[in-house]
Amino acid sequence: METYYDPKDLKNFGKIGEFGQELADNFFDYYGNVFKDSALSAREKSLIALAVAHAVQCPYCIDAYTSDTLEKGYTEEQLMEAVHVTTAIRGGASLVHSVQMMKQAKKLMM
Amino acid sequence: MKSLFASHNPLAAPDVQLDALHKLELTPFSERLKNTGLEEIKPLPISILQVNLGKMCNQTCKHCHVDAGPDRKEIMSRETMEQCLSILRNSSIQTVDLTGGAPEMNPHFRWFVEELTALKKHIIVRCNLTIILANKKYHDLPEFFKAHHVEVVSSLPHFTALRTDRQRGEGVFSKSIEALQKLNAVGYGIDGSGLILNLVYNPTGAILPSDQKGLEAEFKLRLKTEFNIDFNALFSITNMPISRYLEYLIESGNLESYMEKLVEAFNPMAVQNVMCRNTISVGWDGNLYDCDFNQMLELPVNTEKRNIRDFDERALGFRSIRVDDHCYGCTAGAGSSCGGEIA
Repeated sequence: METYYDPKDLKNFGKIGEFGQELADNFFDYYGNVFKDSALSAREKSLIALAVAHAVQCPYCIDAYTSDTLEKGYTEEQLMEAVHVTTAIRGGASLVHSVQMMKQAKKLMM
Repeated sequence: MKSLFASHNPLAAPDVQLDALHKLELTPFSERLKNTGLEEIKPLPISILQVNLGKMCNQTCKHCHVDAGPDRKEIMSRETMEQCLSILRNSSIQTVDLTGGAPEMNPHFRWFVEELTALKKHIIVRCNLTIILANKKYHDLPEFFKAHHVEVVSSLPHFTALRTDRQRGEGVFSKSIEALQKLNAVGYGIDGSGLILNLVYNPTGAILPSDQKGLEAEFKLRLKTEFNIDFNALFSITNMPISRYLEYLIESGNLESYMEKLVEAFNPMAVQNVMCRNTISVGWDGNLYDCDFNQMLELPVNTEKRNIRDFDERALGFRSIRVDDHCYGCTAGAGSSCGGEIA
């Protein structure tokens, strides 16, 4: 069945340089540097990446960082808690706008 | 759970296992070696004799490359052990790595360790931990190991019960923790004792092991804070796509993607340090192999004489090491050996 997302396409990510090598190289160098052990460990960054992958709802990233976090020794429970952090921030981002709604409602109504 | 052998699973046969890998039409490992400028893997002088004392085990782990279990009866005879000792007596090989199954279940195990001690060899025992609690006759193993200054290497795939038990069987985690505490109690893994206790991490699933140092730090923290357990080092070992782990990969629909991961992660630097270069593996029947994995795939050494009774160290030094697609397991990422990462 044809679908918009094919898990096998992830393997071709490295080939995006075909349509613009320089920017692709810049991106992959940057990406590699971001995920190195530094002030945050590569392990911590992997869990952040998993949470962000859910925020941006990227299926490729979710597959990649589910494997990566498990490989780095995180438990399934820790993975789920990271996704709840995503959800809390996303949900909170909607909910916090209710102050605008409340302000407007109070202004309009007697 | 039964072994593949006892349940008459076709995957118990080495040729069926290799066929399953060949059907994936990956770049053959031998071709990959050539593409990286390595015609073949050349042996170094033998420094480790890894002796498989048999397939008998008190556990039936899901990832076992030996297809070991309580239903396996193949164990090394005392006569074959005597042949090993006779070779070691006149050899510069310094380390003897005892594996299985559960090597301690071989009735000649203690005698063999005593003889190796008399030869002043460095002895490694791959102890599955639960054997220490399995029967009264094994309860004193920590003291026995200590008396012979044995290095203990034990599998603990995770610091949580859930993940360990999924791989090694219900209740294995709690017994492993108790066994580790007993080893600690006699000094194993304790700084300054000189008694080495190393743990082995194998991923519990179709994933590759990550950075050994990072995992070791996490294991040390969790085992210390939750169970007051100390150990020396964590060896991170890749699961080999053979035997029961291969069956798991096929059954879970992960074989193709797992093999692709291994192939993509091929690291020429790891090839330089693969364990088959400095190790000879002895099967329970005395047959010789380049490694424990080739042993289970029944791929004997490429020399005329292939049994410990005709051991020819010089001829072995000139052999060409046998490779097939399972070898991608030892060369992926930071590489993998019985001592963990190699690159």
